[in-house]
Amino acid sequence: MSWARLAAGCLLALIATDAALASGALQQSFLQPMGPVAQEQATHLMRVVGITMIVILPVLVGVPLILWRYRYAKPRGAYAPEWEFSGKLEYALWGVPVLIVIVLASWLWYSTQKLDPYQPLGPDPLQVQAIGLDWKWVFIYPAEGIATVDELVVPVGRPVELTLTTDTVMQSLLIAPLTGQIYAMPGMTTKLNFAATRTGEAEGENTQFNGDGFGRQKFTLRALDPVDYIVWTARGDNGPTLDEATYATLRRRTVLAEARGDLGLEKNAQPIVMTLGQADIFQQIVAKYHGGEAERWGGIGLPQTGATGAGK
Amino acid sequence: MSGNGLYPGLNLGATHGEAHEDAEKTVFGFWVFLMSDLIIFGILFASYASYLDPVGMAGGPGPKDLFDLTSVAIQTAFLLVGGIAYAGVSLALKYDQGRAKIITWLLVCAVLGAGFLFFEVKDFIAQAGEGGVPQASGWLSSYWALVGLHGIHVFSGILWIFATIGQIATRGLDDVVKVRLSMLGVFWHFLDLIWVGIFSLVFLVPLA
Amino acid sequence: MSGQTSPIFGNLDWSVTPFTDVLQHPGTSTIIGAFAASVLVLGAIAAVALFTRMRWWGPLYRNWLTSPDAKRIGIMYIALALIMLARGIIEGFVMRAHQASALGTLAQREGGLVAPDHFAQLFSTHGTIMIFFVAMPLLIGLINFVLPQQLGARDMAFPVLNQVSLGLTAAGAALVMISLLVGDFGTGGWTMYPPYTGKIFSPGEGVDYWLWAILISGMGSTLTGMNFAVTIFKERAPGMHFMRMPLFCWTSLCVAIMLIYAMPALTVSSAMLALDRYADFHFFTNEAGGNMMNYANIFWMFGHPEVYILILPAFGVFSEISSTFSGKRLYGYTSLVIASMSIAVISFTVWLHHFFTMGQSAAVNIAFGIATMVIGIPTGVKIYDWMATMWRGRVRITTPIVYLTGFFLLFVIGGLSGIILANPSIDYQVHNSTFLVAHFHNVIIPGVLYGMLAGIHYWFPKAFGFRLSETWGRRTAFLFVGGFVFTFMPLYVLGLMGMPRRSPTFQNPDFLPWMYIAAFGGVLMLCALASLIWTFWTSYRHRAALAVPGGDPWNGSTLEWSTPAPVPEWTFPCIPQVTARHEWGERKRAGDPWKAPAEYTDIEMPANTAHGLLIAIATFAFGFAMVWHIWWLAILGVLAIPGLVIFRAMRIIEPRIIPAAEVAEADGRFRQLVASLPAATRADEETERNRGVPDIAEFAG
Repeated sequence: MSWARLAAGCLLALIATDAALASGALQQSFLQPMGPVAQEQATHLMRVVGITMIVILPVLVGVPLILWRYRYAKPRGAYAPEWEFSGKLEYALWGVPVLIVIVLASWLWYSTQKLDPYQPLGPDPLQVQAIGLDWKWVFIYPAEGIATVDELVVPVGRPVELTLTTDTVMQSLLIAPLTGQIYAMPGMTTKLNFAATRTGEAEGENTQFNGDGFGRQKFTLRALDPVDYIVWTARGDNGPTLDEATYATLRRRTVLAEARGDLGLEKNAQPIVMTLGQADIFQQIVAKYHGGEAERWGGIGLPQTGATGAGK
Repeated sequence: MSGNGLYPGLNLGATHGEAHEDAEKTVFGFWVFLMSDLIIFGILFASYASYLDPVGMAGGPGPKDLFDLTSVAIQTAFLLVGGIAYAGVSLALKYDQGRAKIITWLLVCAVLGAGFLFFEVKDFIAQAGEGGVPQASGWLSSYWALVGLHGIHVFSGILWIFATIGQIATRGLDDVVKVRLSMLGVFWHFLDLIWVGIFSLVFLVPLA
Repeated sequence: MSGQTSPIFGNLDWSVTPFTDVLQHPGTSTIIGAFAASVLVLGAIAAVALFTRMRWWGPLYRNWLTSPDAKRIGIMYIALALIMLARGIIEGFVMRAHQASALGTLAQREGGLVAPDHFAQLFSTHGTIMIFFVAMPLLIGLINFVLPQQLGARDMAFPVLNQVSLGLTAAGAALVMISLLVGDFGTGGWTMYPPYTGKIFSPGEGVDYWLWAILISGMGSTLTGMNFAVTIFKERAPGMHFMRMPLFCWTSLCVAIMLIYAMPALTVSSAMLALDRYADFHFFTNEAGGNMMNYANIFWMFGHPEVYILILPAFGVFSEISSTFSGKRLYGYTSLVIASMSIAVISFTVWLHHFFTMGQSAAVNIAFGIATMVIGIPTGVKIYDWMATMWRGRVRITTPIVYLTGFFLLFVIGGLSGIILANPSIDYQVHNSTFLVAHFHNVIIPGVLYGMLAGIHYWFPKAFGFRLSETWGRRTAFLFVGGFVFTFMPLYVLGLMGMPRRSPTFQNPDFLPWMYIAAFGGVLMLCALASLIWTFWTSYRHRAALAVPGGDPWNGSTLEWSTPAPVPEWTFPCIPQVTARHEWGERKRAGDPWKAPAEYTDIEMPANTAHGLLIAIATFAFGFAMVWHIWWLAILGVLAIPGLVIFRAMRIIEPRIIPAAEVAEADGRFRQLVASLPAATRADEETERNRGVPDIAEFAG
């Protein structure tokens, strides 16, 4: 039996190191944090594991010990077949877990409060809106007049407030190296607040299964120096314009590469950067489901399949 | 549920020890079943409350456009009087007043239940005519599901009454049928209980 | 599927089978689909041929399908579960094999063993089968078999209702099975979250298969819960006070209460989704005021108690075996009772932790997060209580103890990941990732599966009269433990590395080594399954050597060990008078446990009936007809059910009377046999000398 325990222990120990040492520039785990939220989440994880070990280690050590010491074939210790209760032991058995849960619960309270995704991380956060589509994300920078598909660019140092909705089924947006996930639902908005503390590229993704293209619904978050960020916002106007027609094409059930094909761009997985045609697109998409103009912006029914064919 | 009068509505008596024990088991089981059923209604009540807002009504007709409290009051009267009428069944059973009396009271219950259903269906048809179909909004979906499920329960109750009358006619008033009559009674009163909830939460609250 | 609905065949036509798919689009994905369908068809043909050749149809009908005996119903539940388990494990392996070959890029079409849509069906059926048609029938079957025997009752409170419950479960399982051959299954996972599973985004029969399988089997489970509860409240033997009930009965009571109160939520959420899909209601649609958050809430109001419905019977089993195989009393009986009941109650207050990330306020998340952690307290107490039970014992390392050890060492890791997930701040990161997948497999496999397999191994002799091979039993247990470690530990790592669950493809090459390890674990799981089947087969072949007609192979202390093995249909020749918590143990201490009762009376047993079978057929026809929109058959099916009930109610059904003389004769033979068999010591437990009559001088505790 002990080999199983050993294997389990080794694997657990490996988890953190392996994830942290993962190769490649694109970071995908909160164990390689790029911002304060993920940093705190990783720390809290280690804290919880550490505290919980107080009740887990005795089992991992005690069970093999008991089996060895009291095995029928060659018993060592005393035999007390009628022993079935001990008041002191009861206090310990109930008391220790209660104390640990009190400690853990206090930390839980603290960290949940602190990492509430609705709380901005500072004054004047960068406002970005995200719309989940079948199998891509549209990001809208209303103040900058830019919209992208599958690329989220943020300046290092400035907090970001991402407002989410979806124009199809429920989705969940996660940018692990920066912050946790939150669901995006049609006709409703949710928020994620985060900030990047260093430059780099992180993978963002949808984690809520939504059909065949789910495995490829990824986007890149690029955290740039504030100066580079300004350069990026300035070059936004040489792509297509995000108007109703473009949006209707994007709303089809396609992954990024197919959507590019449908828009007449080269068919690869490069993000699309667009000029924002209308500042209140996001609000109109949300309103479609609540007495807004349901038939506009690609409607509210089942999105078409892509012209270049996704399907089965 | 111990001591002398286990199920006072049943005339099984001390001479029917085994039957009495069976009654205890079966009727208790039926209570448990109804508790489970009650959870179904409870969740539907909660859903109804959650759809009872402008978002849930989605621009469709609302309570003020659809509900006719007079008709609801008539339905309530039918159902509650039906509940009282079942006391006739229980008393006739307890004092051994014969099959005819039990069947008569059962028929009275069935007629009152049918009267309730008549007005309920009439309301449903009227509401559908005004656009209040369950396909119109989340709120209407929850309204039809909750009130409709209660209606289906009443309909099943009436079916059960006739099935019981059939049993009394074919196999007589044996112990088994007596126990079933007492379960039917519990069920029939359970319908009243749910209706009180529907009457207040579904109809009165949104109009208040 | 053709565009039009035929009045006779509904939406059915010849294009719905995987054989048509493989002809139209040959590839690994469709070949696997067609192969699975072929296995189902050939398996069915082989079974029919075998039964016909061996002339088993008559006995099958008379002794099993129409039997209202809870013990036989329990065995049938377990047989059903094991068949479904085979499919579930194979599907799990295919998924692991697929993901090991699914490294791709964003620009290219998804590769790998199976197509994305096929992969989605696999994880949906795998989850549905493992929860509803493996874990549930396993535990319900085990409770059915064991509970009345431990309580000193002859049968369940409502034997025919019990038959109906089994029939409904089997009808649901049959719907899931037939989806292999006819049409597709849904792709929304075992939770089938709308709006993805609504009519707009998932047209076709897939989600409907799930809905009807769940609605039908869920009804069966509700009725079962009611049956268990009434049995425990009303059918205990005289003297069997609540605080004298074996722990397994207590956990069964918790399960019963939870089934009664939790299953309705599943019925409601599924019925609402069905109304959305069939009648254009707007409970969970995107538009017209629908709100999918209600589905998540209602589903998990069922879903979380369900987790504890699954685990508590296993806890009951562990309580029994830790005591029996340590030759020692159970430590902390009262603590364990309190802990079980608290788990049952608290489990209704934590459902929201399944969607911390839905956007509610931090305060709500904190409340539910803390409630979730609180459940860890009684669970931890239980684990320590079992350790205290083994401490200062004399532990025989039998198969159940191997499972128990695997449970101890692995379940605490599952508990650790559970505590991690209970923290909303961390859950934001690992929710919907393979970390979560690893977590729930980590509690369900070492918890439920090991517990149930240990229970089957423990009580098998009581059902069939011979023990299972200890050698093969232990090998199977080791394979299940190893298979678990290799399959799911890598998923923890992958989850922390950012791999979402249900991914048909991934782009990070760093995932690959872990995928290979997990796939190897999948191979071990297949071996474990084969080894399990072999255990049954080889034990059956050596049944003469393994026979334990004395009925008490493990020197147990609870009432079920007082009867012969296999146990007669009436279980007890006369209902025992209980005087102590460990009634059978007390009788052993008193000296002559096998003393014959003073007198025998006639025994009333419920008469055999085809009622459950007919209801099962009607509901299956109804479910299948609803899936394929064959309206005439659906109406027929739905009318047949009350028709059958009323028909039965009209008839006067006499119980079957077993005369006292027959009972006395059988019982007398058993007592003579016991007297003639040599008493086996615990050292001889695994040898041929164990004939089911233990050396009572050795009993202690």
